Amino acid sequence: MCKSIKTGAILTIIALTMFSAASAQTGERSLGHGQPLTAKDIAAWDIDVRYDGAGLPDGEGTVEQGDEIYLERCAACHGDFGEGVGRFPALFGGVGSLAGDNPERRVGSLWPYAPTLFDYIRRAMPFGDAQSLTVDETYSLTALVLNMNDLWDQERVLNKTNLAAVKMPNREGFVASGQKPDTSNTRCMRDCKGEARIISRAELVNNTDEP
Amino acid sequence: MSKNKAPPKEPTKKTDANRRDFLRRGFAVGAGMTFVGTGGEPLSIPKWSRELGPGVAAQAYGAPSVHESGVLRKWLPWLQVARESSISFAPLQHLSGSITPNGLFFERHHAGVPGIDPGDHRLALHGMVDRPLVLTMEDIRRFPSVSAVHFIECAANTVLEWKSAQANSVQFSHGMVSSCEWTGVSLKLLLDEAGLAKGAKWLLAESADAAAYGRSIPLDKALDDAIVAYAQNGEALRPEQGYPLRLVLPGWEGSTNIKWLRRLKVGDKPWNTREETARYADLLEDGKLRQFSFIQEAKSVITNPCPEAPLEAMGEHTISGLAWSGRGRISKVDVSFDGGRSWHQCNLQEAIHAKALTRFSVPWTWNGQEALLQSRAQDETGYVQPTIDQLRAVRGENSIYHNNMITTWHVKPNGEVQNVQVD
Repeated sequence: MCKSIKTGAILTIIALTMFSAASAQTGERSLGHGQPLTAKDIAAWDIDVRYDGAGLPDGEGTVEQGDEIYLERCAACHGDFGEGVGRFPALFGGVGSLAGDNPERRVGSLWPYAPTLFDYIRRAMPFGDAQSLTVDETYSLTALVLNMNDLWDQERVLNKTNLAAVKMPNREGFVASGQKPDTSNTRCMRDCKGEARIISRAELVNNTDEP
Repeated sequence: MSKNKAPPKEPTKKTDANRRDFLRRGFAVGAGMTFVGTGGEPLSIPKWSRELGPGVAAQAYGAPSVHESGVLRKWLPWLQVARESSISFAPLQHLSGSITPNGLFFERHHAGVPGIDPGDHRLALHGMVDRPLVLTMEDIRRFPSVSAVHFIECAANTVLEWKSAQANSVQFSHGMVSSCEWTGVSLKLLLDEAGLAKGAKWLLAESADAAAYGRSIPLDKALDDAIVAYAQNGEALRPEQGYPLRLVLPGWEGSTNIKWLRRLKVGDKPWNTREETARYADLLEDGKLRQFSFIQEAKSVITNPCPEAPLEAMGEHTISGLAWSGRGRISKVDVSFDGGRSWHQCNLQEAIHAKALTRFSVPWTWNGQEALLQSRAQDETGYVQPTIDQLRAVRGENSIYHNNMITTWHVKPNGEVQNVQVD
């Protein structure tokens, strides 16, 4: 009985020693869950392109090639000329409209960085058949959309170096919020204002017949 | 022994149509009258008090009563490009307490709901980390779990009201907010597992959906209170809420709470994805865009009464609604009956969680007078919910996102309630 307890204790000590050796290999704080991930393993998912062009893959495309792909894969939603169909957005126009009453949030009027266009097409387009375009096709469509916005020459081949160098018209149009509130109301309780007057009334109703 | 009276007809849920009839009758059942049984008859024995009902597990996964069939999420077909890239609104007018049932939680998708098999789902952690990792759902569930109650609100909630009162409906004006108890793993724990490299400052969180929806998250937030969640209100995430895995960034705009989370890439700068430049940046009056405005500031709305829930009788009422803040706990909610001239402090229903929906209420005697009901929230940082004029002064009218204005309900003498804006 005593002997078996001792044996058990020794086995426990051996097991604990082995366990701490294993966890030391994976780092002090590591719980050892999951598998190591190599660059090869993640390649198909590692699609992000940063605003400064970091992550742009090797490859190239032209406006002409983009036009062919566009008519087949994109025009149904964005129109034959990029003018937009229904609620699907137009791909050009709106420059100078952002401070007006009807701002048009378009590639040429709002997007601050050109590599983001490649990133978005690669991850999300065509709508309903995402991540089906090759790298060269994505460069070609990026060239075409930039061309629609007078930001890329018809004849020029687009690649990772010259895409990162495109200066978008609204490059300087963003201000960081700094996570600070931008209004400062006070908690008034009495005589906070004069008699309130109604200045607008809502008419859009909650239609109970159609979820 | 005389036979019992025939049981009354099963009461049907009051629809908007018979509610209007009710109002037309001019409060026949108003204050001072006693309403005993159905149709004013003495109480009787209904059939459900005599017959056996269905047995256990008649519905192996339970569903609401058939009488609650009108309590539904709704969407506006004209609001977005397609149903797969749209929004549905939670029926706040029907909800009690401060937790949103999983089936009524508002939805926002950018490429529909992916049908993910959890056995095939993976979460990759890579970029500026010491040990790039890939985790299965089983791996993730091996980490110690955390649970916390938090709201998620779409940055575009109340989008229709920037220029003038538009949605005569609390569901459509405020229904892009919901609250759950989320369970999962602290994101800090996962990042510790991979080991952050020196100089790491941002994180790209990316979805496995057909938009590969991605947002840049400051590491400060990721290491603070972020949760990689696999459950809501005690059960696995609903497919439309990110099954099997989503990011929960307490108090931050809904679109950063990446659903169907497949990848976390650590970097030193924000990515400036389309979703944080062309979208989810607040357009200001001068044409500049206020970017990375992640925090959902303090906001509240009265859910009873509201346009969908008019006052049905004169007398004593309880005004009730929801308040929330992305900066912490709600500390006070005040209600005005005169469009913001004078205010009355409300009761707050326990437990009050940080960055969670908080139920408020205040008693009110209504004698058929017109009234302009408003609610105004203050959070523990001292921030007070603004008026629409205060918001327009700093944002203009085309900001789209982050409209946390004080909302006004106009109560009419017949009990109807209309969404209005006041000066």
